[in-house]
Amino acid sequence: MTGNLRLGFHAPQSVGELADLVAEAAHAKIPIEVRGRGSKHEVGRPGQTGSVVSTERLVGISLYEPTELVLSAAAGTPVAEVETVLAERGQQLAFEPIDLGPALGNAPGQASIGGVFATNLSGSRRILAGAARDHLLGVNCVNGWGETFKSGGRVMKNVTGYDLCKAVAGSWGTLAAMTEVTMKVLPVAEEIRTLFCFGLPDRTAVEVMCLCLGTPFEVSGTVHLQGALAGCLSDPDIAKARAAVTAIRVENFPSSVRYRAGRLKERLAAYSPSLELDTARSRAFWEEIRTLRMFQGSDRPLWRISTIPSWAAKLVSIIARTLDVRAVYDWSGGLIWLDTALTSDAGAVEIRRAIAEIGGHATLIRAERATRASVDVFQPLDLGLSALTARLKAAFDPAGILNPGRMYRGV
Amino acid sequence: MSLLTLPEPDASILGRRDDIIRQLRKLVPDASLIVDVEGRRTFETDALTAYRCLPLAVVLPGSTEEVSKLLRFCHDNKIKVVPRGAGTSLSGGALPLQDAIVLGISRMTRVLAIDEVNRVARVEAGITNIAITNAAAVHGFFYAPDPSSQLACTLGGNIATNAGGAHCLKHGVTTNNLLGLRIVLMNGEIVDVGGDYLDAPGYDFLGLIAGSEGQFGVVTEAAVRLLKAPEGARPMLLGFASSEAAGACVAGIIAAGIVPVAIEFMDRPAIQVCENFAGAGYPLDAEALLIVEVEGSDDEIDALLETITEIAARYSPLVIRVSQSAEESALIWKGRKAAFGAIGQLSDYYCMDGVIPLSRLPEALAEIAEICRRYRFRVANICHAGDGNLHPLILYNANDRAELERAELCGAEILKLCVRLGGCLTGEHGVGIEKRELMRVQFSGADIAQQMRVKNAFDPDWLLNPAKVFPLEGRERQ
Repeated sequence: MTGNLRLGFHAPQSVGELADLVAEAAHAKIPIEVRGRGSKHEVGRPGQTGSVVSTERLVGISLYEPTELVLSAAAGTPVAEVETVLAERGQQLAFEPIDLGPALGNAPGQASIGGVFATNLSGSRRILAGAARDHLLGVNCVNGWGETFKSGGRVMKNVTGYDLCKAVAGSWGTLAAMTEVTMKVLPVAEEIRTLFCFGLPDRTAVEVMCLCLGTPFEVSGTVHLQGALAGCLSDPDIAKARAAVTAIRVENFPSSVRYRAGRLKERLAAYSPSLELDTARSRAFWEEIRTLRMFQGSDRPLWRISTIPSWAAKLVSIIARTLDVRAVYDWSGGLIWLDTALTSDAGAVEIRRAIAEIGGHATLIRAERATRASVDVFQPLDLGLSALTARLKAAFDPAGILNPGRMYRGV
Repeated sequence: MSLLTLPEPDASILGRRDDIIRQLRKLVPDASLIVDVEGRRTFETDALTAYRCLPLAVVLPGSTEEVSKLLRFCHDNKIKVVPRGAGTSLSGGALPLQDAIVLGISRMTRVLAIDEVNRVARVEAGITNIAITNAAAVHGFFYAPDPSSQLACTLGGNIATNAGGAHCLKHGVTTNNLLGLRIVLMNGEIVDVGGDYLDAPGYDFLGLIAGSEGQFGVVTEAAVRLLKAPEGARPMLLGFASSEAAGACVAGIIAAGIVPVAIEFMDRPAIQVCENFAGAGYPLDAEALLIVEVEGSDDEIDALLETITEIAARYSPLVIRVSQSAEESALIWKGRKAAFGAIGQLSDYYCMDGVIPLSRLPEALAEIAEICRRYRFRVANICHAGDGNLHPLILYNANDRAELERAELCGAEILKLCVRLGGCLTGEHGVGIEKRELMRVQFSGADIAQQMRVKNAFDPDWLLNPAKVFPLEGRERQ
């Protein structure tokens, strides 16, 4: 070992420097924590790495063509910076990345754009616009040998070779360190309206949300907060209702939004949609959902569960039989954010048992380090998938030095 | 056979053919096995018809379990397998090898479930693309990816190539619409990925398998996302005096925050042929034609088409025609949809599938014209303009071997041009055998090596659809 890779924090200023660090770590078999700006550092199984290699000094937007709906940025570029640049041209990251920072006790807007894709954390608009990974057109990476490679490119359609963008998206830095990402961007809608129903039981709310997604009105957000959580939101008309709240969002040009909101209200008449928020208040509401305001300032363990929408309420009710839980249903029920009382395993046993019955997967997003060390943070995989996972890891990082064990033991 | 070569067949496999067939008979019913020359002939090529090769045998299993038994047998006996959907690949993705068994999924066509509440269809992978939409239409839903071969092509083939279509600008391609799948690995292992919910756990194997050109396993079942059909859709037709004006108009539409469901582009030669064939009312004096389609209620469509009309007016259009009726809409699309057939009636053609950044469209078309002039070919260009996916059709005589080779060289130059302009070799057809040797134009050695290592993770013996996707030379170094 040549001595550059000391224990501690490294923030290389160039891709070459980053590749050298990884190559050296690979040579010496020293595990490293691959990190963007560290906003999600406390998510995942705790690592045993002494060295951190961060992309936080690889910053800057190298390409932005609004008329081609494409933007490239160095992986360490703050997502807030990307969003600001996009907003100047009336565009956005349509998958509405979830900002976990505040729920983890950090400031909002700190995530890197690389980290957004590495964790594939999509927000409420995922139901219409797709996930983060669906918007990732190209990547430049450094693999576990310290070699740079690219996949994809800067065009919208590309089936040239395997889609390794998908492999690295959502791999939490365990396969490669991304150094540059190229993404599809989309226009911001001129107008937004959000319809609200109050006091619906979970099961009814899920029905309502599924019903809305079964219309041709391109509903771009559906979320239901149990009464215990709805009070955390700042919109006065929502907070004062002191009841569960179910929100349905439509976005488009003004006359279309008026029409669609009107048609949806007719469909929802039986559920009394009693509040309608305009564009500005809608933005503020969905921003609070995106930053998980209802789970901020608490240390209760927080889970992110993906399941079959129509079974979501049943899933939560099974868990609630034995655990004190509070739930938010996004994606018409397909995504559940669930916090539980502090227990030694954060409720993992009950939650995973319920999932085994219903279908889906759960990730422990927030918990004490000791808890994350002792329970499966990511959904355990069945044997076949588990073996494939280990082989894919070895195909990118045979020495197992990149974020080892962050997702799964031995991976 | 033309410029591309297939690897030398394994003589020991060819020599054991009778024995292999005897073994196969024990694994699947006789009706599922095709061994005679005439029967195998049906499978000797796909839609890249310049290449033909008679496979060792053809098996058409009827279930995941049969696929598993077959693959395990082939794995244990080191027999290569070429998976096949409907054989509509334009890149030779389903081209057999002499020493390989073709494993076709065309008998596995069942719709297993349509769940309209959760907006998911679970189907067997041999089902045709259109049959999914047909099954969902009863409930008012549709399956979004719509490759032009959708009447024939299978979902399994769509997954292998990550197929797109004319309407993917808004709704995405196959990978964006896939929720779960059941795949049989080369060793016979059956693996389920994802389910009837969004975002599978762990690594994104769904996304990796989509577009893997049948080299990772055989997909036998899939869960796909269904979308509610829009209230209506209507196209408009725009004619321009130059491709620059047409390209600028597309950029103008997108800059205004409008993402139409489809923006199709045709150049003058394509306009002429399609108009002669379909009588769609295309402007014969235009150098470039756009068909722009938007969706929504009648009022929404009116408003959008009005805005697009205003934008288009800035680029001195020769013609602006907004469809006034369902008949007119059908007619406008008829010309475009008939394009390949109409051109095929005039001449054989070689269909390319490069992608370029939209802003380079005029430059690309000018250079394509120049390349084709140099190779003495006529060319017609059809393009999914919203995403820069170009389909230059090189007109040539397929019966003239020298012309075929010249057409391939011409096509290769066009694809190199696409890469040079910032695009890629293939937007929706796949690499297959056709563009295998061009991969190094787009990728470095390290890029290709990383992809090949992923192949190793699924199929370490390279038995599944070998001789495709990667340059033949240099493989042994992996």
